[in-house]
Amino acid sequence: MNNVFVYCEIEDGHVADVSLELLTKGRSLANQIGTKLEAIAIGHDLKGIEKSIFPYGVDVLHVADNKSLAPFRTLPHVAVVKEVFKKEQPEIALFGATSAGRDLAPRIASALECGLTADCTSLEIGDHFDKKANKEYKNILYQIRPAFGGNIIATIINPETRPQLATVREGVMRKEETSASYQGEVKAVDVKKILTPEMEAVKIIERHIEKSKVNIKNAGIIIAGGYGVGSKQNFDLLYELADVLGGDVGASRAAVDAGYASHERQIGQTGITVRPKLYIACGISGQVQHTAGMEESAMVISINTDKEAPISKIADYAIVGDVSEVVPRIIASYKKNSK
Amino acid sequence: MKGLKIVVLAKQVPDTRNVGKDAMKADGTVNRAALPAIFNPEDLNALEQALRLKDRYEGTTVTVLTMGPGRAAEVIREALYRGADNGYLLTDRKFAGSDTLATSYALALAVKQLDFDIVFAGRQAIDGDTAQVGPQIADKLNLPQVTYAEEVLAVTDSNVQIKRRLERGIEVVESTLPTLITVHSSAPDCRTRNAKYVMKYKHARTMGELQDDSEDYLQLQKDRPYLMINEWSVDDIKADEVHLGLSGSPTKVKKIENVVFKAKEAKILEGQAHEIDSLIQELMANHTIG
Repeated sequence: MNNVFVYCEIEDGHVADVSLELLTKGRSLANQIGTKLEAIAIGHDLKGIEKSIFPYGVDVLHVADNKSLAPFRTLPHVAVVKEVFKKEQPEIALFGATSAGRDLAPRIASALECGLTADCTSLEIGDHFDKKANKEYKNILYQIRPAFGGNIIATIINPETRPQLATVREGVMRKEETSASYQGEVKAVDVKKILTPEMEAVKIIERHIEKSKVNIKNAGIIIAGGYGVGSKQNFDLLYELADVLGGDVGASRAAVDAGYASHERQIGQTGITVRPKLYIACGISGQVQHTAGMEESAMVISINTDKEAPISKIADYAIVGDVSEVVPRIIASYKKNSK
Repeated sequence: MKGLKIVVLAKQVPDTRNVGKDAMKADGTVNRAALPAIFNPEDLNALEQALRLKDRYEGTTVTVLTMGPGRAAEVIREALYRGADNGYLLTDRKFAGSDTLATSYALALAVKQLDFDIVFAGRQAIDGDTAQVGPQIADKLNLPQVTYAEEVLAVTDSNVQIKRRLERGIEVVESTLPTLITVHSSAPDCRTRNAKYVMKYKHARTMGELQDDSEDYLQLQKDRPYLMINEWSVDDIKADEVHLGLSGSPTKVKKIENVVFKAKEAKILEGQAHEIDSLIQELMANHTIG
């Protein structure tokens, strides 16, 4: 079977978090189907970029380095990716569901006439039996995503076309290095052979990009803390859990007022409104001022010492206990079960 | 500057805020008949950008193209009411079950038959949220693309300048013409219907609709040809059937699960390690985490 590929997004010389998350996932998919993990880095002045990519278990890194490849523009990046894919025939290729990834991946899919699934929330390997064609497909990619405004979860497959293409949003997958000393091979892409003047059809006149900042509005999983968390130190546990689950940290107004978290994380009537698929409310009593900003969450788990706290009324699961004891147990359990 | 020829791609979508239990068919495709149908919101943003160019540059024409069942003609009438000049409905049973690749194949062939400087589309449709059809049409027509447009700043005879809304900032780009532009929801809302245009186009119909209507309409359309909404089939766009519908769609739906997460009452857990462990396993099994 051919290899798993990840398109690494580069912004200001750094590999985007979403790409590192995809490399982590890509490594695990490659292990499951018994292939190598390869990555593509496209940009300018990329010398040494492999140092931040190989530790994620990358066996081969294709580097396309040219002034016209940064910042991201559709046509030159499409041309490079297309060229590498035509040569290497990936089994699976993953892109971040970012402004760039969602611009680029559909063109790749169209050019190679391959199936692409956007915004996957889970990727798994499995088999498929096509009854009509009486044909069995082994070890194909299950691309799992919500559809219809989140009312259904669909499992999409591309049985016949390769690569199997998918995009995934930032923060959905977990990020974890395979080994700091993992060694891969760098292959330089002959960019000059690929780029043509027609690819200069779109020019960037102006660009203002802010550094990645707190944006819990789009997080699929939110770990929110209230006054009941008790201290800023205990709040660090929530960050640890968010990191492990691939989520972000929110807070109630009481927690923000107490100085446990910054205002930009405040959820509720005087903060922001969120609708994650999972909301873990830690030490939050559940006053309406707070629940107004999170009651549309698909699933709510509360952790509270008080079984009768109002949050229990909207929670799907109420864990009775102290945040400082329960959260470490969740982290331990997740680490054990996700191995 | 000469007037521009603009094509706006619009989609009639099920209102995903009102999904009932009949929304999905047994084969995993969408049962559109069971859902209220609306003009895809970002396609309205796209229409507005087109209409602004029409306001700005004399002689500009705005043509709306949609693909869907017969009732998708409603989208074209709605666009006419707001200022579009004419419309095409791409409709054929053979399109049924098309994924984004098959859809973009058909729409690209249709666009190819129209004369255009700019193709506008919404960034994405609310039923799929894929944002794939715009870029895929651009690829098939070998056009440059500018995604997530918030504002068209200036147009010359050979170029268009566009402000784009990115996740973490903005970008101003210049594209050669012809080009394809997808419009982001942060762009201005579409203007409302214009009473004058509603009067003018309220009897606009496709041939398919006329067959279900009374004969008065036929006579009316003879007298006023602008009331004819063009209808194209697979043959009209010279499409190869192999690239359409389920056979032209590399993605297949393997499984559909309804999201029923809300428990009626909170399940109380005492917080011991084994209880947490089984909860985590359950959340991983139903893809809430993982």
